[in-house]
Amino acid sequence: MSIKILGKSPGFYDSYERRPGSNKEQTHYCPGCGHGILHKLIAEALTDFEAAENCVFVSPVGCSVFAYYYFNAGNIQSAHGRAPAVATGVKRALPESIVISYQGDGDLAAIGGNEILHAANRGEAMTVFFVNNAIYGMTGGQMAPTTLIGQKTTTTPYGRTLQNEGYPIRMAEIISSLESPVYVERVMMADTRSIAAARKAVRKGIKNQIEKKGFSFVEVLSTCPTGWKMSAPQSEEWIKSTLVKNFPLGVYKDIAQQVEPLNLDLNLAPPERVSKLIGLEKDKLEIDTAALTINENIDEEIKIAGFGGQGVLSLGVWLSEIGMREDLEVSWIPSYGPEMRGGTANCHVKLSRENIGSPLVTHPSILIAMNRPSLEKFEDDVLEGGIILWDNSLIDVEPKRKDIKNIPIPATQIAKEMGNTRISNVVILGVLAGLTEFLDPMVVQRVLPLIFKKRHLLEINLKAFQKGLELGRELSD
Amino acid sequence: MGKARGLVAVNIEECKGCKLCVVACPVDVLHLADSFNTHGYSPAEYDGEGCTGCGVCYYACPEPGAITVYKNWLEAKDAYICQEKQVPSKLVEIDSVKGIAQCEACGKQVILSNFRTLSFTE
Repeated sequence: MSIKILGKSPGFYDSYERRPGSNKEQTHYCPGCGHGILHKLIAEALTDFEAAENCVFVSPVGCSVFAYYYFNAGNIQSAHGRAPAVATGVKRALPESIVISYQGDGDLAAIGGNEILHAANRGEAMTVFFVNNAIYGMTGGQMAPTTLIGQKTTTTPYGRTLQNEGYPIRMAEIISSLESPVYVERVMMADTRSIAAARKAVRKGIKNQIEKKGFSFVEVLSTCPTGWKMSAPQSEEWIKSTLVKNFPLGVYKDIAQQVEPLNLDLNLAPPERVSKLIGLEKDKLEIDTAALTINENIDEEIKIAGFGGQGVLSLGVWLSEIGMREDLEVSWIPSYGPEMRGGTANCHVKLSRENIGSPLVTHPSILIAMNRPSLEKFEDDVLEGGIILWDNSLIDVEPKRKDIKNIPIPATQIAKEMGNTRISNVVILGVLAGLTEFLDPMVVQRVLPLIFKKRHLLEINLKAFQKGLELGRELSD
Repeated sequence: MGKARGLVAVNIEECKGCKLCVVACPVDVLHLADSFNTHGYSPAEYDGEGCTGCGVCYYACPEPGAITVYKNWLEAKDAYICQEKQVPSKLVEIDSVKGIAQCEACGKQVILSNFRTLSFTE
């Protein structure tokens, strides 16, 4: 006869190397915690179904946040309550993978209540294990949506009351009321028989996904000896005597046998079609980068600041756009208030021959200040020898620094004389191109038509650029 | 009462002494040790005899690798393959409470809770 040994599943790592500290042999869970038992059931099922290799385990925020220490599978740790959203992305991108969303009651029923409802409602072909221990374990035993009426927690020291906190939420019942889920069951882990039933449910939940049946949801009533302030055996008794009365066990929905396997093939449009749909086709520019006049050693950190509506953020985008056509590494991040116009705005732009580490610009080599508060706020940050380019038709003070190149440009005044104050940022773009060596005017003139699709706008902007370019060249001499 | 044909080996460093296996064992052959492991827990310990190999303690235990159950120990110990010499051998129990046996072929001690490193003929 064959030798039968029950021991640590190959679904777990031999040694938990990701776990910090010297203890690599034990899980971080408290003695008697239900998570360990459920982990074992899942690891065993994944191994038996030969699915561990193909599995992506999505861990939540909660005690099981560190599930990736243990499972010898693909692992992603998601933001609080967002495991079903992350799992949705993984499953859609990798339809052949076995995606497990493992969540606690604070994670799934409170902050992630919305996520789980919609993932279930969409019928995402994933398996969700919902560990319900009626308390927030990790944060120190606060009330969860599943906490029982009368149950004392650190935030309900007199016990949960109906008037204050309402009834505990029964997730299995809610999920089963939706059309899409194929399998919803509530089990508990409190003694030999119930653990055997939980094992069966875990296996069914995973099997459903292997058979592409759709959304499976297994709620598991689990112990929290620390949060409940009990010994581990007492916790199991409490599940049987109290918790299960409020959360009745059973299969709430099971239509897995009736439904056809889902077609999970991604129905994606080919990239060319996407490019055409969003208008990228027309934007193709063949530029011979070898013929560019720009400098070989470029490493510019630019901050552009002004009022919202002055085209501060747009100017940053255009610089990045031009930089890309010049074969540079580029980054752009905006920073602005909630107002569409007025208010202050600034953006950080980096253009470099080298890879860009952080897109943040704390010490700009070029500051473009389009209003007085911006000049005053960022003047001191500019690198020694850097450029401060400011609109002296709007700013009535001078930069105080003497160790920088001071470039006052009446950009708004020039724009007004040309017929539209909104082109002042293009005047500045022209000045930059004339003054510095990282913008090739030929490239700028070819990129501008991609930005200004309307003919009359393009004309005036090209003129504004030309005007700025001449001004910049005069200044650089 | 089932037949005593199994063997349970506890990895004392993985055990946290939660006592769930002790409570779950249907034949009552597990207890908590008087000693401590390096993490400060009193680990579970096999009485040394009476295990039926039912596996209930294995599923009751929350630690992935703390408990190993040899469901048919009498067959397993005669089907052991010596790791040292890679030849068929036999295991002789030295300390069934601590789960230590000896390999007949090389004479070395074998820790039974490290079952992942052991091999047996099918």
